This record gives sequence, structure tokens and C-alpha cells, in this order.
Amino acid sequence: MTALLSIRDLTVRYRRGGVEVTALKGISLDVEAGERLAIIGESGSGKSTLALAIARLLARSARVGGTIEWSASLLQKSQSVTPPSGLPAISPARGEIGSLVAGSPSATLETGESRDDGLISPLAGEMPGRVEGGVPERRPSAIGDNNIPLLGRDIGFVFQDPSSSLDPVMPVGKQIAEVARTHLNLAWADAYAKAKTLLERVRLPDPEAALRACPHQLSGGQKQRVAIAAAIAAGPKLLIADEATSALDTIVQAEIVSLIRGLVTEDGMTLAFISHDIALAATLAERIAVLRHGELIELGETDQILNAPRHAYTRTLLDAHLGLDAKPLLDRQGASA
Amino acid sequence: MKRLHRFFQTPEAIAGALILALLVIMALAAPLLFPGDPQAIAGPALLSPFQHWSLPLGTDRLGRDVLAELFHGARTSLAVGLTAAAAALLVGAVVGTMAGFAGGLIDEVLMRITDAFQTVPSFLLALAFVSIVGPSLGVVIAAIALGAWTGPARVARAEVLSIRERDYVAGARVIGMHPLEIAFREVLPNALPPVLALSSVIVAAAILTEAALSFLGLGDPNRVTWGGMIAEGRTVLRTAPFLSIVPGIALVLTVLGVYLAGEGVVESTAVRRSLS
Amino acid sequence: MTVLAVSNLSKRYRRGGKPFAAVDDVSFEIGPAETLALAGPSGSGKSTIARLALRLLEPDAGRIQFEGADFLALSGAALRARRARLQMVFQDPLAAFNPRSIVARVLDDPLRIHGIASRSERPRRIAALLERVGLDAGLAARAIHEISGGQRQRVAIARAIATRPSLIVLDEAVSALDVSVRGQILELLLDLQRQERIAYLFISHDLGVIRAVAHRIVILDAGRVAESGDARTVIASPQSAIGKALVAATPRLNRIKTP
Repeated sequence: MTALLSIRDLTVRYRRGGVEVTALKGISLDVEAGERLAIIGESGSGKSTLALAIARLLARSARVGGTIEWSASLLQKSQSVTPPSGLPAISPARGEIGSLVAGSPSATLETGESRDDGLISPLAGEMPGRVEGGVPERRPSAIGDNNIPLLGRDIGFVFQDPSSSLDPVMPVGKQIAEVARTHLNLAWADAYAKAKTLLERVRLPDPEAALRACPHQLSGGQKQRVAIAAAIAAGPKLLIADEATSALDTIVQAEIVSLIRGLVTEDGMTLAFISHDIALAATLAERIAVLRHGELIELGETDQILNAPRHAYTRTLLDAHLGLDAKPLLDRQGASA
Repeated sequence: MKRLHRFFQTPEAIAGALILALLVIMALAAPLLFPGDPQAIAGPALLSPFQHWSLPLGTDRLGRDVLAELFHGARTSLAVGLTAAAAALLVGAVVGTMAGFAGGLIDEVLMRITDAFQTVPSFLLALAFVSIVGPSLGVVIAAIALGAWTGPARVARAEVLSIRERDYVAGARVIGMHPLEIAFREVLPNALPPVLALSSVIVAAAILTEAALSFLGLGDPNRVTWGGMIAEGRTVLRTAPFLSIVPGIALVLTVLGVYLAGEGVVESTAVRRSLS
Repeated sequence: MTVLAVSNLSKRYRRGGKPFAAVDDVSFEIGPAETLALAGPSGSGKSTIARLALRLLEPDAGRIQFEGADFLALSGAALRARRARLQMVFQDPLAAFNPRSIVARVLDDPLRIHGIASRSERPRRIAALLERVGLDAGLAARAIHEISGGQRQRVAIARAIATRPSLIVLDEAVSALDVSVRGQILELLLDLQRQERIAYLFISHDLGVIRAVAHRIVILDAGRVAESGDARTVIASPQSAIGKALVAATPRLNRIKTP
């Protein structure tokens, strides 16, 4: 497998109330192209910070050390077309997201190494903070734009709370079409048609009506489907779902998880699934990374993590899971009604 | 300490604080620097400023010391402005909290009363009140507060309506807390910040209203006020314009100082909110 | 002997001008030292029922018998006094406390309001309550926002047991907690139940948690009771469509062997 991105020694610090907090400590991790990776941890483990760092969404005040290298050849095919301004200029025929691009340096692909073609910011040990309007605010010097992933185009991000990630007063059709138009260079009518296709793909009941609906008219699960549609609108290589199902009830959660699994498979996307729930993560992921207090303490195949965890903390998490097969606490205490 | 530090980050806040500090020093120093009655005759009438070392700002029509009047006037302006604003904020916060928290009929009644007060221009209200009851310091304060409490009441009610639905209010009901205690101990303190943000506007308006009442001769006759000084100077505006200009400048600076300091407070709390 | 008996409870709201039933003809009973779970998807009416049972909302129809007396007939001071016996723990322990309060004040309120301890005696009672829920008594002076989520939920439980209630409504009380903390809180709740014979109305969307702690379960769908019975039996073989869907949707750890 080829690494879509390689995280090396990633450290993130930020100040909270005058105290410096280290959110991530020396994380090194490869995300393989096309894999489904779960990043799990409890609150304060740094899992969301990791997701934000990958998506380059960290607050500008965050101090970032280490590197996140993206495989240039695996990023969008349009590298040669992309103007230096960083504005998206992608051919409209973006149906074949999964297939790799003709014209990309195949040598890099074959070796599976992308060390020297995808460095984001080895220079000052800092990463540009956030991406706004698709253009990084502070661009690291001496590095081509080609290997800097664009949020929306190369990375789709689904947040925990769809109510705050969707514009409350804009019809959802427009919001999705906006993404498609910006990143795929589509005409408005085409983008709107694509929005409808996307709403069908995320299995919203009555996509025609949903196009014109505002977020407040939809249920929590429906809003999350819309947020997913917007996230995948430009055909990103990587889909990051940050606690995307945590605010939903069990039934809707299962539906969204199966939706994500389907979409990722169909489009050949790479998935980073951030969750606090190891059981939920295991139903979806091929590999699981366990974070605790900002450190990566275990990374392995899902089977190995579940059945032969190497780290005691992973075992604790597994044992704390209250599944339908767990021994009820009532019995353990020897009290029953 | 941190808050104070953040407050002094903006130039507006520093300027505002300096002006207000000067004003407070003037008010506190007035009886020390100018003991005795500031309305007593101190020299020849209509002495221009900078003519005599003991009367640096000159004298008015009756030969009273303008500088002494200015210092003593600062006392009245500050006392009336701060007290009236505090009364307005207190009444407004209590009425708004009661209306928002109780809801139903109590809310209706209180808010219709608020409407009634708000539809009458507050200056006319103050004017009518002082004319009927008669001018004295307390009456002037009450008259000004009467027209100023409606704004805080509306803001407090809006805030209370959102706080009322929070879990901790339900929690207070569950432990059996009395509704009045919930309203004033749990809800009101948390509804205060946006209400207090109004205070600079209210203090400034109260100082101006007091000046306007005094200008119309409805201030406390036993006290020197800047509005009264301007009114005094009006009759000799052509020959001795300084008699109106000096208290006028004092008034403008005071209101400016209050606004700037208020702005500084809002700014520093906004920073704090965005940090948390 | 039942602690809480709810019969034919209904509550209607208007949504978009149309009336809809948040709770529709719901009945159930809870006995002493028993845990009854209310399960169901979001919008099924679980939280509304909790708030109706606590008289935080008034029902449109139905009866609530609490400790053998008509709970709906109470009002004013009588109702407030009765509240000592019926407590609640909320989902979000941060939202459940006045953001300005400190731990000692949170625990002082119920003791003061119900006249359980004199002013001089209260600090000792507060320390005892904190220790009862596994916290250090020194925590009393800390502000609510300074302590961790798990500690806050323990404080919430301490507040709930301060008035020696016979029933505590737990509204998703462990859903927002980390799994490692969740286990400890559930153990604490079970321990309190055994010691003090407290009944729980345990509201959750997580069947795994319900199965671990509840004796009986009521599964709700769109405000109505879909099925009810012994918690483990119902979860092992649900009969209603919603029950089956809930069971199927619960994530499972497919571990080959258990260590």
C-alpha cells in the first residue's frame, strides 16, 4: 500500500487560559491510500486535534512541530493544471475520483515512497494554521502548492455537530453545490445537479425537496447526511469524520456508519474515522490507532487490537465497553431485584 | 488583575480611564481646594479667564469663581449620573428577571408597563416628574432613572428567557429551591453581563439629562451643576462666552470618558469570552 | 409497593403549527431499589417523560403517583418539600450547575433548603457526601468548571443523594462520560442503590449500558410504549420493530476470545 500521508513526529501545543497545553506529542503515523483508519481515544486524548491538524484547520495560535507529508502523486490529479495561485482548476469530468491520474509521476507511485515530493513544512517546524477560501493564509516558502492538500477538494471533513457546520439560512442544495462549484469548476446548473445526485447518494428521503430545505427543517441524522454530501462533493481523497455520529442516537448512528462505509468503498476514498467508541470504530475500520494524553499508544489491524491488544490501556478500553454480550454490572455486584 | 491588564490594552480604555480618573479627583478634591460655598461671591463680576491668579477661570455674572463651580459641579454630575444609572440598572434587571422568569401574566403586565415607560420620551418624563415633585437631588436622580430602566429591563428579560431553559435552572427546581431564589440567585447573576454592558450608555445619558434639567432650571437649586452654569452663562453669551463654553467642555469630556471606558470594558470582556 | 407509578401520561406539543404527541398514553411503575430503563431513539419521548415525572413539565393527561400519593396534586411549598425524595442527574454535568458556583455551594443548597443540617453542621455533611461518591472532601472549595467531567457527575450524584431520595431520574447520565469513567459511575450508582435502596429511572439510548444496570426496560417509539419487560430478556429477543432496530444498531466488539 502507498501512504496517502505520512505524519512524522507531529507535536501540537496551544495556550489555554495562559497555560500551554500539549495536545499531541510526537505522533508518527502513515495513513495508507484507500484504507479505513479509526483514531480512537477518550476526551483530551488529542484525537480531534490530530484530525484538525491533518485537515490544516488548527487555530492559528497553535504551535505545530513535525511534518505531515502528502503523497503528491496521490493528491488530486490536477497538479499540473493547478495555477500557482492555489485556486482550484480541475477539469469538470471529475467522475473518476478513485482512479489514479495519468501524468502523475509514476515512479513515486511504484516505490511507495513520497519522502521528498510532499513535504508540507519542514522548514520552521511550523505548519500554516488554517485554510480559508481554499488558500492557505501563511504559505510555507519554497514549497510548491501542488502538495498542499486543499480542504474541500482533497479532504472532506465531517464534524460532530452538523448544526454548526452547516449555514443555518442557506438551502442545503446551494451549500453542497457551492462546494462542487468551487472545487470542480462546474457551472452553477451542473453543480446544482451534482448536489442533487449527492443527496441521493447519501440516501436522503426526497432529495428534490431536501435541496431547497434549510438545515433547521431536517433532523439531526438528515443534517449529518447533508454534511457528508457536502464533504464528498468535490471527490476528496481523504474523508475525515470527527465524532460524526456521537450526537446521534444508536439507530441513526448505525445508518450513518453504514453510509460512510458505502461511500468510502464506492469512491475509493481514504477514511479517517475519529471516535471515542472502540466498538463503533471496530465495525468500520481496518486499522485502529489508540491515542491517550496526546500520544499514539497503539496502532494495529482491527482484529489485532480487539483480540490481542498490546497496550494495557487498549485492554482497559475494551473491557470498559458495555456490549450486549458483556456481563451485566448488576450480576458482578451480586445484587439483583 | 488579568482583567485590569486586558482593560488597559486599548488606547480608548486608557483615555477613558484617564478622563474619568481626573473627574473623580476633581469631585473628591472640590471641598478641599475650594472650601466654603462655591456659590458665594469671590470677586468682581464677569472677570475673564486667566486675568487673576486666584480666579484662573474668571467669574460669572454674580462674581462667583468659575473654577470652584466647575469642581463642585463635577460632584453633582458624577453623583447624579452614577446613582441614576445604578438605580436604572437595578430596577431594570429586577423587572426584566421577574418578567422573563415568571412568564405568563406577570410577564405581560411588567412588559406592558415597560412599554408605557418606553413610549414616553425619557426626558419629558423626567421633566414632568421634577415639575410635579419639585427639584432636589434625590428627585432628579429618580426622575432620570425613571426614563432609563426600560432598556436594561428588556435586555435582562431576553437573557433570562434563554437562561431559564438551561439544565441548571431545572436542577435548582429539582432540589426544591424557591422560585424567587432561583430567579435572583441562579438566573439574575448570569443574566447580568449584557445588562452591565449598557451601563456606560446609561451613565452618559444620565449626566446629559441632569445637565439638561439644570439648564432648564429644574436642578437642585442648592447645588452647582454644569447645566446650571451653562444656563447662567447663556444670558451673557455674547460678552462672556467662556461661562458657557467651560462647563460645556467639561460635559463633553465627561460623556466621552464614560463612553471610552465602557468601550474598553466591553472589549476586554469580549477578548475573555473568545478565549474561553 | 411502588415508588413511582405513571399511568396514561400524555404530553402534546405544537410543531410547525401541527400538534404532535411527544408522550402518548405511557404507563409504567418503578419499585423500591429497582432500575427501570427508558430506551428509544431520539424523539421517542424519553426525556419528556423524565421531565413530566419530575414536574418540570406539566402533562396534558395522565396520573403520577409518587410514594403512594398523587404527585400532580401538589403545588407550591408542598411540591418543593416533596422534591427532596425525587431527584435528577443530567446528561451534561457542566450544564447542570450554575457556572458561577463552587462544589460546596452546590451541595449546601439541598441541605439548607430542606433543613437537613444546620449551618454549622453542613460543612461536615458536605464532606461526607463528597466522600460517599468517591471524591476528596478537599474538592468542596473548587469551582465547578475547574473539576473534570467525571468528578462533576459525581458531584451531581452527591447533590441528588443529599436529600435521601427514594427515586433518582438519570437522564443520559453516563452518555457524555469517557468509557473508563462511565464504568466507575455506574458502579457507584449500583452501590448507592444497594445501600440506600434508591430506585432509578434510567434514561439512555445505549442498550449495552441499560443491559448492564437495569432490571426492567420500557422501549419507546414516537411517544408510545413499544414493548417492556425484563431488561435482559427484552434485549436478548426484542419483539417490537423498534426494539429489534435498537438491538441491531448497537455496536458489537467481535472479539474472538475474552482475555
